[in-house]
Amino acid sequence: MAKFSWKTMKKQTRDEIITFSMVVVVYVVLQLLISGGAISSLIQGLLVPICTYSLVAIGLNLCVGYLGELSIGHAGFMCVGAFSGAFMTKLLEDTITNEVLLFVIALAVGILVAAVFGFLIAIPVLRLRGDYLAIVTLAFGEIIKNIINVLFVAKDSNGFHFAISDANNMDVEEDCVWLINGAKGISRIPHLSSFTIGVILVILALIVVYNLVNSRTGRAVMAIRDNRIAAEAVGINVTKFKLLAFTISAAIAGAGGVLYAHNLSTVTATPTNFGYNMSIMILVFVVLGGMGSFRGSIIAAAILTLLPEVLRGLYDYRMLIYSIVLIAMMLFNWSPKAIEWRQKLVAKFKKEKKTKEVA
Amino acid sequence: MKKKLLSVLLVAALAVASVVGCGSTAAESSEAGASGEAAFKIGAIGPTTGGAALYGQAVMNGAQLAVDEINAAGGINGYQIEYKFEDDQHDAEKSVNAYNSLKDWGMQILMGTTTTTPCIAVTDKTAQDGMFQITPSASSTDVIINDNVFQVCFTDPNQGTASAQYIAENKLGTKIGIIYDSSDVYSSGIEATFVKEAEAQNLEVVAIEAFTADSKTDFSTQLQKCQSEGADLLFLPFYYQEASIVLNQANQMGYAPTFFGVDGMDGILSVENFDTTLAEGVMLLTPFAADAKDDATQAFVEKYEAQFGETPSQFAADAYDAIYIIKAVIEAQNLTPDMSVQDLGTAMAEGMTTISVDGLTGEAMTWSADGAVSKAPKAMVIKDGAYAAMD
Amino acid sequence: MSFLTYLINGISLGSVYAIIALGYTMVYGIAKMLNFAHGDVIMIGCYVVFLTMSGQGWSPLVSVTLSVLICTVLGIVIEKIAYKPLRKATSLAVLITAIGVSYFLQNIALLIFGANTKAFTNVVTLPALTLAGGSLVISGTTIVTVLVCIVIMVALSLFVKYTKAGQAMRAVSEDKDAAQLMGINVNGTISLTFAIGSGLAAIAGVLFCSAYPTLSPYTGSMPGIKAFTAAVFGGIGSIPGAFIGGILLGVIEILGRAYISSQLSDAIVFAVLIIVLLVKPTGLLGKKIHEKV
Repeated sequence: MAKFSWKTMKKQTRDEIITFSMVVVVYVVLQLLISGGAISSLIQGLLVPICTYSLVAIGLNLCVGYLGELSIGHAGFMCVGAFSGAFMTKLLEDTITNEVLLFVIALAVGILVAAVFGFLIAIPVLRLRGDYLAIVTLAFGEIIKNIINVLFVAKDSNGFHFAISDANNMDVEEDCVWLINGAKGISRIPHLSSFTIGVILVILALIVVYNLVNSRTGRAVMAIRDNRIAAEAVGINVTKFKLLAFTISAAIAGAGGVLYAHNLSTVTATPTNFGYNMSIMILVFVVLGGMGSFRGSIIAAAILTLLPEVLRGLYDYRMLIYSIVLIAMMLFNWSPKAIEWRQKLVAKFKKEKKTKEVA
Repeated sequence: MKKKLLSVLLVAALAVASVVGCGSTAAESSEAGASGEAAFKIGAIGPTTGGAALYGQAVMNGAQLAVDEINAAGGINGYQIEYKFEDDQHDAEKSVNAYNSLKDWGMQILMGTTTTTPCIAVTDKTAQDGMFQITPSASSTDVIINDNVFQVCFTDPNQGTASAQYIAENKLGTKIGIIYDSSDVYSSGIEATFVKEAEAQNLEVVAIEAFTADSKTDFSTQLQKCQSEGADLLFLPFYYQEASIVLNQANQMGYAPTFFGVDGMDGILSVENFDTTLAEGVMLLTPFAADAKDDATQAFVEKYEAQFGETPSQFAADAYDAIYIIKAVIEAQNLTPDMSVQDLGTAMAEGMTTISVDGLTGEAMTWSADGAVSKAPKAMVIKDGAYAAMD
Repeated sequence: MSFLTYLINGISLGSVYAIIALGYTMVYGIAKMLNFAHGDVIMIGCYVVFLTMSGQGWSPLVSVTLSVLICTVLGIVIEKIAYKPLRKATSLAVLITAIGVSYFLQNIALLIFGANTKAFTNVVTLPALTLAGGSLVISGTTIVTVLVCIVIMVALSLFVKYTKAGQAMRAVSEDKDAAQLMGINVNGTISLTFAIGSGLAAIAGVLFCSAYPTLSPYTGSMPGIKAFTAAVFGGIGSIPGAFIGGILLGVIEILGRAYISSQLSDAIVFAVLIIVLLVKPTGLLGKKIHEKV
């Protein structure tokens, strides 16, 4: 049997092992700390949102980092996933009592619906380039939000009732169950998400994206990103691979949406949670974490979700500080001068280390 | 290399952030220690940043005023109140974060949250923890499904029904046009019950026009449609900022129906730089008016203006009342701060149905076990730039 | 007749979008970046006018001039601090920084001016035009907005086409490196573009707030995003494109609201946008992207 050695291992494989072990170690440590009562309620409450945003960021990273297409409408897929998943849960709540089974069904539905939407959007959209593609994804997100706000679905003893734009003409009984109630969205969703489920989903998503990226398909996708015309010239079916990557990306965002919806007892489509602001927030995670680095996306999602919360002590100034930190991080990471300075610093550090070793 | 550096940087940022966070918690706990003996810890939540910031800030300030008054007068049952407000940016998830953060601080009673959707998410958590919760302004009926939650404001259906009844009884209009915010829970909730009740009262609704959070600056089209349908009364179930534009644009068009608003309309006269002559003759059903002549309201408005430099809205008044309601129920049940959150919660929820509170937003307010308040809305009309009671 | 009224309302709204979109498109054409903070510069400009005109009683012309000056300086400062260091970085990095600047401006406005909305005083005192025996009323604000929009569009086109600085802009937008080799001050040209774009933002803001008299720290974000849509609609980087895109977007929004559904007007606008982009993938007047093999 061949011996595996850390040094001779492919860089990619090493990278993946680091990512998986990071997630697992953080999970185990946090679980231990929680059972020891060392974690505040605030942080505990943030664990599921962090998983949610990590998921969506992983999905978006596949689209932006590997496919090379800028999407500012991923909150739309998250929204579709959240609503279809929560809808399914509300529908089956009374018939299925097993919580895990209920969540799995909701998850499957949420992912499927988000994937279908992703596919449908991708067909026309992928003909476009750059910012034009970005604006169409943005438009899609806004349309979804707008439509969900005027959607009414109710269930009573006579079966289902459905209306768009106005519930006044709906002939429903007093004790009907509102599955989707316009601007009120879906409320009283059972609390099925947990940190464990969130981590499992993140790991599953990582397995999917790593397998995709390392497969023939992944190499084709990257070839398209680096040079579409050359890729086409060597016979890569550009449309097919783009569709595939975009659909998977949307599906992962949908999974994030399902997790989101089942963590709160209510889900509504407002500009703050499913608007372009959220899409851009997720884009920030991806860019800051490093395009193409799924581990970076997770770390950035975690830190930027935690940051405004731990800044609560600053009251009115916290969002201001947050924006300054954001600008500073970008300048520090990308400005040539900062990069030069950092390299000098590292060189100096290494030199010192060497001289110490010599001494 | 770059990636490694990046992660180092991110970690560093986190470290800085957590130091800042810790620093402030340390400061707070020392504050709590300084006050000495046990105190009731009341937490409050609302948006103080983001598009809904003015509601949260009003709640924060209104409650602060009540807390200061009570503390100066010797507290509740001899115990002082410690009060802390957290921002939720009008988002359900951030509201839950704010709630958890307050729990870490040691909150025993929650006064919040300010807006409906976040409130629904938070009621789920308070129910789990058995904490007493009273919301000043989240008006949907979904908010009070759990037994531990009570409202200071009217429920949306209540407002819609009462408005339709009032219009029908006083024959204020024959053809009614409605403009509402279809992306807002409060506005669409009132609209739905208004239409239902209007039908029952044989009022003719000729136009129902909507706007959304993303396009709430231009109402010319909606007004135009109401005008061409011949509406002589416009029902406007939304907040005063948008209402101020509606009045302005209607004036520009030369369209002058009777305008009828709900409690969200209160505040229109104090919009900075707003031409109050435009609001002449506007009617609204509201439990609170900053211009009311009674002593309690005038004292409150004067203090609020002195401390915060602006006229209080109904949100501030609701929050002010909420703190006094908490005081009343604690006194009625003779509770102490050393009780557990659950015990306090149970005792206070039981006590709520027994008390009657005179507040700024209603006299002899009482509560049913389901959490809804019973108080009489006052019909107001704006005359000469001020509110006047309608008969 | 009501159709004409809707149309005029649409053109009025559209011309505000168009002025904002002109600022977007100029910056995009030269710096190849989406300046998400553009909408918030608008908001700052409005506060300047509000404070000087309604607060201090200055004449509208003086306060608008001051507002344009302040926004121009603000635009240059933002460019120098936040965007210039990233000139060599990927466009996404600059996009994120722009978002950071946007958050910063919103929150600083929130701290300084408070969350309460203010009623904006109309700077236009022109009387309304009454046509067809009173059944068609065109407000003074609408007339001024449309006129200002056309004047700006024409002036910008001429500026870009015939002045030295304008030619430098075109050269930089075509090829930065080549422009530099030809002795063009690239950094100066980009700063100039930001200055013009931000000055336009101030004018757009004043007209927007005059037509829809409300002002809060978040006033700029939605018109900003709609104007960005308008710029893409018309073909981003194209000056007449931004004009046409803005007007069309406004008209579609109003007509959609009037004749299809007032609840779905946003969805209608964006749906039309998607359809147009599918037919013309680079917007109405956008240049075809030449692909280098």
